Amino acid sequence: MAGKPKLYYFNGRGKMESIRWLLAAAGVEFEEEFLETREQYEKLLQGGSLLFQQVPLVEIDGMKMVQTRAILSYIAGKYNLYGKDLKERALIDMYVGGTDDLMGFILMFPFLSAEDKEKQRATIVQKATSRYFPVYEKVLKDHGQSFLVGNKFSWADVHLLEAILMVEEKKSDVLSGFPQLQAFKARISSIPTIKKFLEPGSQRKPVPDDKYVETVRRVLRMYYDIKAN
Amino acid sequence: DGELMFQQVPLVEIDGMKLVQTRAILSYIAGRYNLYGKDLKERALIDMYVEGITDLMQMILMFPFLPPEAKEKNLESIKEKATNRYFPVFEKALKQHGQDFLVGNKFSWADVQLTEAILAVEEKIPAVLSAFPQLQAFKTRMSNMPTIKKFLQPGSPRKPPPDEHYVQTVRKILKI
Repeated sequence: MAGKPKLYYFNGRGKMESIRWLLAAAGVEFEEEFLETREQYEKLLQGGSLLFQQVPLVEIDGMKMVQTRAILSYIAGKYNLYGKDLKERALIDMYVGGTDDLMGFILMFPFLSAEDKEKQRATIVQKATSRYFPVYEKVLKDHGQSFLVGNKFSWADVHLLEAILMVEEKKSDVLSGFPQLQAFKARISSIPTIKKFLEPGSQRKPVPDDKYVETVRRVLRMYYDIKAN
Repeated sequence: DGELMFQQVPLVEIDGMKLVQTRAILSYIAGRYNLYGKDLKERALIDMYVEGITDLMQMILMFPFLPPEAKEKNLESIKEKATNRYFPVFEKALKQHGQDFLVGNKFSWADVQLTEAILAVEEKIPAVLSAFPQLQAFKTRMSNMPTIKKFLQPGSPRKPPPDEHYVQTVRKILKI
């Protein structure tokens, strides 16, 4: 019987945050090793743990898994958060693809110049309110159920809640035109495992700050400028 | 008409669904046609391989849309990533298990995706497989599988390398 999953990443959100959310939602305890120095990263590289020389890395069930999407799919499948059949899985994959694209705009936000940040904030809000949120609003309205897919809590619900909260951090009233999503947010937030994850002291990471950016740049030697998309 | 869930293509109408999001479509097809391994762990391995290959293909995807002055540098980057980051992984996997296919001794999505990627990179860098004997053999083996062989023949739905006309069309329709 394998031990707890172990996450290797920076002490911040980045691409690992969705994995933290999903494990927490599934009620799975996990350990974390935070990358602070270039030496730690090189040690991982030399040890052959990083299949494509990149983090996130999650040690789980005897596997050294990389590639965020692969890790999330595995967790979803293992903990019954991936629908009941192929078609429900396709729906979940579609919905997660959308929230992933939306969160992609936010992922690089901390690395942008101050000027680009303002532009990107506007882009994030525009995309959220005109392309992404309307889709989930309609899905919930059309079937009137508590969860996005198959009347059952799934990865898609966790991912959407994560995305909603992240966009709200950029514009607090962004859900004002979306009553279904407001109710959804309240509902999912009160699920016991999620509620626990949202409380102070959990392994949820705060909004990335300059220290986080500095750490990532230092460890990955990623000193080039990042442009808004 | 509300057909494009996130206002984007690809769109694939399949089994009564209007599927968007490339990965969702590919995963569905892989699952439906038994190209996704025999259990969760094999699926995880296939997913890892496919995601890595997708990262490499992403560079090739945007290549035609780059300004001329950026293309040279980008080509160098594709060559570097292919030969130092991605191809060595699959070369090693094939060498270690000595089987014909990447995962579970059975033809899967990962094999198809890798074949596609090898051919796409070779179009840009013809000698790219010169240091990868396992991948050379793999490419030959995959190319000879009847369904793949058929797809590689002229007249199949396979599309040629993108040209200026393709770039113009995309830019015009998506207004980018």
